[in-house]
Amino acid sequence: MRYVFKTTYDRDIDLHQHGWSRAKVAVLAGLMIVLPFLVGEYYLAEATNTLIWALAGMGLMIAVGHTGQVSLGHAAFLAIGAYANSALMNVGVPFLISFPLAGLITGLFGAVIAIPAVRMSGIYLAIATLAVFVIVEEMVILLEPITGGVGGIMAPSIQFFGISFDRYGALENFYWLCLAIVILVTWGYANLMRSPTGRSFLAVRDSEVSARALGINVTRTKSLAFGLSTGVTGLAGALMGHYIGFYNYELFSIFISINLLLVVTIGGLGFIQGAFLGAILITAVPQVIAILRDGLNANFGINLGSIPGLDTMIFAAILILFIIFEPAGLYGRWLKIRTWFDIFPLARRDMFRRQKSYLKTERMK
Amino acid sequence: MEFLQLIIGGLANGCIYGLVALGFVMIYKASEGVNFAQGDMMMLGAFVALGIGNTDQMGLPFGIAVILAMAIMFAVGWGVERVVVRQIFGQPQFALVILTIAMGFVFRFVAGSIWGYTPLVLETPFAGQNFRGGGLVVGLADLVTIGVTLALTLALWAFFAFTKIGLAAQAASQNQMAAYIVGVPVMRINSLIWGLSGAVATVAGVLYATKGAIDPNIGLLGIKAFAAAVIGGMGSLPGALLGGLIIGVIEPVAGRYAPGELAKMSPYIIMLVVLVLRPGGLFSQIQMKKV
Amino acid sequence: MSLLEVNDLAVHFGGVKAVDGMSFSVEPGEVFAIIGPNGAGKSTIFNLISRIYEPTRGTIRFDGKDLTAQKSHDIARLGIARTFQNIELFDHSTVLANLLMGQHTHRSTNFVQDILFLGKVRRAEREHRHRVEEVIEFLELEAYRNKMIAGLPYGVRKVVEIGRALALGPKLILLDEPASGLSVEETQDVAFWIEDMRRDMGLTVLMVEHDMSLVNQVSDRVLAVANGRPLAMGTPQEVQADPHVQAAYLGTPEEDAA
Ligand SMILES: Nc1ncnc2c1ncn2[C@@H]1O[C@H](COP(=O)(O)OP(=O)(O)O)[C@@H](O)[C@H]1O
Ligand SMILES: [Mg+2]
Repeated sequence: MRYVFKTTYDRDIDLHQHGWSRAKVAVLAGLMIVLPFLVGEYYLAEATNTLIWALAGMGLMIAVGHTGQVSLGHAAFLAIGAYANSALMNVGVPFLISFPLAGLITGLFGAVIAIPAVRMSGIYLAIATLAVFVIVEEMVILLEPITGGVGGIMAPSIQFFGISFDRYGALENFYWLCLAIVILVTWGYANLMRSPTGRSFLAVRDSEVSARALGINVTRTKSLAFGLSTGVTGLAGALMGHYIGFYNYELFSIFISINLLLVVTIGGLGFIQGAFLGAILITAVPQVIAILRDGLNANFGINLGSIPGLDTMIFAAILILFIIFEPAGLYGRWLKIRTWFDIFPLARRDMFRRQKSYLKTERMK
Repeated sequence: MEFLQLIIGGLANGCIYGLVALGFVMIYKASEGVNFAQGDMMMLGAFVALGIGNTDQMGLPFGIAVILAMAIMFAVGWGVERVVVRQIFGQPQFALVILTIAMGFVFRFVAGSIWGYTPLVLETPFAGQNFRGGGLVVGLADLVTIGVTLALTLALWAFFAFTKIGLAAQAASQNQMAAYIVGVPVMRINSLIWGLSGAVATVAGVLYATKGAIDPNIGLLGIKAFAAAVIGGMGSLPGALLGGLIIGVIEPVAGRYAPGELAKMSPYIIMLVVLVLRPGGLFSQIQMKKV
Repeated sequence: MSLLEVNDLAVHFGGVKAVDGMSFSVEPGEVFAIIGPNGAGKSTIFNLISRIYEPTRGTIRFDGKDLTAQKSHDIARLGIARTFQNIELFDHSTVLANLLMGQHTHRSTNFVQDILFLGKVRRAEREHRHRVEEVIEFLELEAYRNKMIAGLPYGVRKVVEIGRALALGPKLILLDEPASGLSVEETQDVAFWIEDMRRDMGLTVLMVEHDMSLVNQVSDRVLAVANGRPLAMGTPQEVQADPHVQAAYLGTPEEDAA
């Protein structure tokens, strides 16, 4: 067991409570930075994809995990971010400006639609976001001059300081760019969660009446959270557009929304780390399935390739198993394992038993 | 005249949305949970009926096929509650949202594996039969759809309003803990309701299939049915039907007089407007939480 | 001038007159108790003051301001803190975080500054923490500082909720049944804390309580209510001697009124 002796309050306020955890993060970041020298083109592209999904996952995590607002429509915000960024770049705005602007536009859009939406309780909000998703999807098709309509558009090439960050021309650079953005956003997110704003999110998530009684403006807090959530998702959308290169509205399908929800739930709701674990899972599973499929085919002559939709089916099964057996997600499971080792051999079997609570009626919200 | 024709077709479509919405509302009334797989249950029900009834499959008579399909889907709904949904009893509401979304994928995979992804046509006795009069053409299928929907809504409403089990189900939804303590068999009622909603979904699926080909993705219609349920107010059966009818009628009318994309958006725009003006839907049941 | 003045207050839910024609005033620095049978409308009075419910009729003035013109999230800023009858804590946060959330009205930074965690944010955090530590010391919560609420015993959670209200630094604190479900020792602690709040912190306390020994011990004045209406007001002894009160509330002689 590790004891942390606190000398001042600063210890608690700091992001890392002890040097060990700071060192771990530093090693991880270092490893990520040198990754292009360690792996080939194919896996570097996959790693980039994972980073982009982690970014989108962090976006959704702010809403679902930290403010308790379930959104089934976050693919719409990916789309808005992607199209806003490419539209700005196409009229000559450099990436370094268009990119944050795309996040800002998406965030403002999210915050504005949140103002009526946040008055609704859980399930209604989820359905409203689904409606917003469909509306945005149709708008994308309608706004052909910006979005290329059904035909789609080509993401402009990124270039600044005379260096190309093109996904196909200079993958390493694009990877580093994504990594830098993800690190920055993670840092900002972690800061948020140790400050009054983040605490007000958690307050609203756990008890709205109490939050009000403490002087928290619930509507404003929820729209702020939803705006930040959609803003970060918009940033991810902009990167996703560049990553895919040529895309139309189908890139941002309802299934992407669902996959994002999967990222945050399986990763671990309420933990920033969960977004990363979830993103790794969602990008790695198709790879693993492909490898298994080839292996089965080569060694046993079983051809799974003939079963369409198997990937989604496996995702669905994983999701169901997690919801039933480990609602705290991968990160929650990891925390339990770590606690178990920390206090070994003192762990009791009932220690991690889930507390059964009974559904309280939503109609009495 | 053309307008009237649009309305009739729209009402028939709206009935199907309404029926799927009824399925949501039933489960919501009983457990305050929302089954996002309701549309996929409709799809599966249609395929099961097709598998039993079509001549190139099992080839049983249509009526028997529908009844058997309803029975099978009752068992599926009941089983889903017993095996999966019950496991997360007491978890936050959105756990069920995610769980049922995943269930929907499973249903789609099952249907796709058995019946493939190319559209199939369910053989029905109503196919191609039309009534003409006064410049209107009304399909028999449309009339059957409207009739069956009205009868089913009425029956379900009576079930919740008058029968002991129906009343107990509603009581259970208000406060599961309290209902549990006073001896309401909360679990058993939930299974029953899920089974019933599977049967209702099958009726919706068969009626849907009378109007065109089906494939494993028709379950996405569930999203529209959601809009219907929300417009009506999640807890109200007549509200669900009304919401379905509103959407059913608006769609073709908007499609006639506005660009196609706008027509596709119209159900959701209406839903958002209703939610903004009356956050609990037309037949609102939301009250303040007591502290 | 009274700190809190409630005048002809009423709220009706459908046909239920939860509170009807309620009038009373609370003086600065006093401990004022509301007693009454279950369903008498006591919690509803609190909810009206917190602006969770919209009154059907009547006025509430606090510190000279009309509360009915305020939003529910503005009440805290005016200096009113409260607890809830069925504990409403933030279950998935630690005790420390819960208490820090009580500091919300004292926040001096906006969300952009928070995201960048500027020096100003750190300095503000130190101050929040400092104030919260005072509350922790006062309520002797040191052992629970970093524990999650969800795993804590009922009695501790009850105290944390009082702590969260105190962290707000209010002028008036509303306690809804602070001793319900507590052991005799825990109730005694609550009694001492209430006295300290008044004496050392200069707080005014308005509480709803069933435990008459606690009411007798700490309160200056008592208001008895039944069916949403005021029945009697005065010192604890006067109110308990009132025949209306005895009829409505203390009807059963074995009540812990002694
Ligand atoms: N939000 C509400 N909706 C309907 N009735 C309510 C509501 N809040 C309180 N009531 C009713 O008002 C009456 C007083 O309740 P309450 O103030 O909680 O009593 P107590 O004195 O026990 O705290 C009760 O009959 C209760 O049912
Ligand atoms: Mg009460």
